[in-house]
Amino acid sequence: MHKALAISALEKTYKGGFQALKGIDLTVEQGDFFALLGPNGAGKSTTIGVITSLVNKTAGKVKVFGFDIDTDLEKAKSFIGLVPQEFNFNQFEPLMNILVNQAGYYGVEKKIAIQRAEKYLKQLELWDKRHDAARMLSGGMKRRLMIARALMHEPQMLILDEPTAGVDIEVRRAMWDFLRELNKQGITIILTTHYLEEAEMLCRNIAIIDQGKIVENTDMKSLLAQLDSETFVFDLPTNSKTVQLSEFTYRLVDDHTLEVDVNKLQSLNQIFVQLSQQGIEVLSMRNKSNRLEALFVNLINKGGKNTGAITNE
Amino acid sequence: MNNSIALKSILNKEIQRFMRIWIQTLVPPAITISLYFVIFGSLIGSRIGEMGGFDYMSFIVPGLIMMSVITNSYSNVASSFFSAKWQRNVEEMLVAPVPNWVIVAGYVGGGMARGILVGLIVTLVSMFFVDIQIHNVWIIIATVGLTSAVFALGGLINAIFAGSFDDISIIPTFILTPLTYLGGVFYSINLLPEFWQGVSKVNPIVYMVNAFRYGFLGVSDVSITTAFIVIGLFITVLFTIAMTLISKGIGLRS
Repeated sequence: MHKALAISALEKTYKGGFQALKGIDLTVEQGDFFALLGPNGAGKSTTIGVITSLVNKTAGKVKVFGFDIDTDLEKAKSFIGLVPQEFNFNQFEPLMNILVNQAGYYGVEKKIAIQRAEKYLKQLELWDKRHDAARMLSGGMKRRLMIARALMHEPQMLILDEPTAGVDIEVRRAMWDFLRELNKQGITIILTTHYLEEAEMLCRNIAIIDQGKIVENTDMKSLLAQLDSETFVFDLPTNSKTVQLSEFTYRLVDDHTLEVDVNKLQSLNQIFVQLSQQGIEVLSMRNKSNRLEALFVNLINKGGKNTGAITNE
Repeated sequence: MNNSIALKSILNKEIQRFMRIWIQTLVPPAITISLYFVIFGSLIGSRIGEMGGFDYMSFIVPGLIMMSVITNSYSNVASSFFSAKWQRNVEEMLVAPVPNWVIVAGYVGGGMARGILVGLIVTLVSMFFVDIQIHNVWIIIATVGLTSAVFALGGLINAIFAGSFDDISIIPTFILTPLTYLGGVFYSINLLPEFWQGVSKVNPIVYMVNAFRYGFLGVSDVSITTAFIVIGLFITVLFTIAMTLISKGIGLRS
């Protein structure tokens, strides 16, 4: 069975001489839910641009479901649905027209296109807006419109470049459910995101790109297993200033919030026992940070790069 | 992949676009042409007398119709394709398996549709001012179709290179309008001194206007065969340029 995506030695140097991609190798299996992460300017969008033929590559090979974009570009394109980072539809066109025309570009008959448009507009809660010009939609609605548009030709692989950027939490979670459902139906999904929680929650495999190079390419479990320690937050009753823990690194953030770093060899039970011995009751507990974020920062920092652009929500 | 569906989709989109904004696209040519008829036809034309063996109003009608066709087929594609670049919705086609010739044919077809529709509107308006006679309807149809294709292709090439909205008005203002006005719309080039007749024959619009006028009145300053050869050459050259630019992704792909 062909890989959904096979990239080898991919390079891209822009006109000004900036080398955005420095020999990328990447494979994505069919049916995978794959995350491509990296800070701003790392090369994520350039990689997606090359795959979807919006960017001309300088060197290397890209195959989509076995079809080489150099020799079978149109066939390769027919497998891909793209949700780009920026809104790229005609703002003055009604939603229905945008979707039906897009299906037409892939050779889908109008009658079928109208049925599909109805299906996806309803699923993405845009049906009521079908006759409105796209400019009338909110940011979240525009993102959903781009997802509906990318699905109109029922692609085998969906590529989403920052699909939930600027979308509120409720809508984002609804989009996650929608994407999970698509993946269950067998659609390969490749996702770039700034929300690392999103990648951790959705994706099975992950590649981290930095300065035009892949610095990590593995499955999510293996990546997370590399974590040496995690930070847990304990909510305590007020006036717990006297708390003391042996063999743990800990911080009392305020008089009722305790942060404890727990490494792989340590057990949470040890913390509960020590707190209990001091007569301190634990009201609640949570994981402080996104675990992937810690790893991400580690990996990128190895390359000496500032990661300020990455956020965790 | 069914290319005819893709072509139909682009054509539909283009036609829907100029029909949606009909007040901007279809009404102004009708008003402009009415003013031309009133000023050049009724007021000034009546003092000019005959031109090429016909009263002045009848003489300028084909040229005025052709002028509207040229302007509208050009500006339709120039503004629509540049707008698609500017809003980035041109990417909808670029990521899809649409062959380049379908993109070119779709946009040119849209430009031709507007040019021909405006030509029809202007013809209808002109019927209020003059009795239109038809010498050869097939030459009229062929000339208007091919000329609108030439200028739609020109508009497409302009839009591909354009980096701002100003860039799509420079060519119409500084090249297209002067060539049209000097292209024998308002006069027979036979009235010019020999040298300027020679210069005029470098202007491709002279051939288009005269072929079109021949279809209506049966008179032309140039050979009809030469006119169709010139139009055919322009279509071939401009189509080749447009295809090359889109294939290389000039102005479209990084």
